[in-house]
Amino acid sequence: MNRILAPGTLAPDFTLNATPDQTLRLGELRGRPVILAFYPADWSPVCGDQMALYNEMLEDFREYGAELLGISVDGAWCHAAFARDRRLHFTLLSDFEPKGAVSRLYGAYREEDGTSERALFVTDADGVIRWSYCSPVGVNPGADGILNALDSIAHPSERVRHSVRAEARP
Amino acid sequence: MTGGRLTPPVGANDHMAGSADAPVTLVEYGDYECPYCGMAYPIVKAAQRKLTSQLRFVFRNFPLAESHPHARRAAQAAEAAAAQGKFWLMHDMLFEHQDALEDADLVRYADAIRLDVARFARELEAGLYAKRVRDDFRSGARSGANGTPTFFVNGDRWDGAWADEELFIDALRDAARSAGGGVPSTADA
Repeated sequence: MNRILAPGTLAPDFTLNATPDQTLRLGELRGRPVILAFYPADWSPVCGDQMALYNEMLEDFREYGAELLGISVDGAWCHAAFARDRRLHFTLLSDFEPKGAVSRLYGAYREEDGTSERALFVTDADGVIRWSYCSPVGVNPGADGILNALDSIAHPSERVRHSVRAEARP
Repeated sequence: MTGGRLTPPVGANDHMAGSADAPVTLVEYGDYECPYCGMAYPIVKAAQRKLTSQLRFVFRNFPLAESHPHARRAAQAAEAAAAQGKFWLMHDMLFEHQDALEDADLVRYADAIRLDVARFARELEAGLYAKRVRDDFRSGARSGANGTPTFFVNGDRWDGAWADEELFIDALRDAARSAGGGVPSTADA
């Protein structure tokens, strides 16, 4: 498994296709938390479950003002078909050309497979990564880690702030 | 981190089958329209039969409504039955008829298990149990449920296999033993 970007790091900015003719720049989402969910591939069973779960939780994420972005190396047309089939109501980004470039930026590219890791990042309103987690590729990491991270952003306790600062040290 | 710890723990609001002092509590986060939950249904039944007083079973709603368009309504139907003291009869009915979960079917099942059908239909229509189902779902997300079904054994998410009935029941027996329920195994062990 890769070493993914750690809490305390400023999330690298990027622009990716959200649909075949629209792009999204991460920086546009400043001012609210963002959940970046890198996953290996559309259509594979575990991703399906993971994305299906997050799809059911959009209302909860919205309560935190958070935006959810799914990211894989699949092309925009593939994402469009996948989202339609699974009735996904959140944005899927294509890390397609150059392949995996954004996944690499986050330390979440699997050279051996040519896909993204199953990696989660939660950034705060300033675009700083506050929590990250890389799951074994075959394991659906669920949503509890995301919810805890969003909680700690919404209600920062001393303990959480300290641990973020400590982890941010080089 | 993804802890996989049941939050909140089993409490008075839960639907429970089996002895409160059983050494093993098995919690299922399930979806009445999910085929895997349908596969798990007879396996859980077998576990209840074989572990008898060693096992307490709890069911919480985890409808993946975008994947399973009837799941949320079915979950509410089971809650409406619970309000009339017949949760498990409806729970079983739903899992035994996963392919027929339209509103008319739900009413038919309510009648079959002798609920006050008018009340059942009224409460379902009013969405009286929508919040309960949503709260269950949220607790599942909070607990690390990552699909359906997700099981918790004595509060910890069960990441092992469950589809092999014998292995699953053996694992539950082990959990009973390590929880101090060292009672001789049951009749058909």
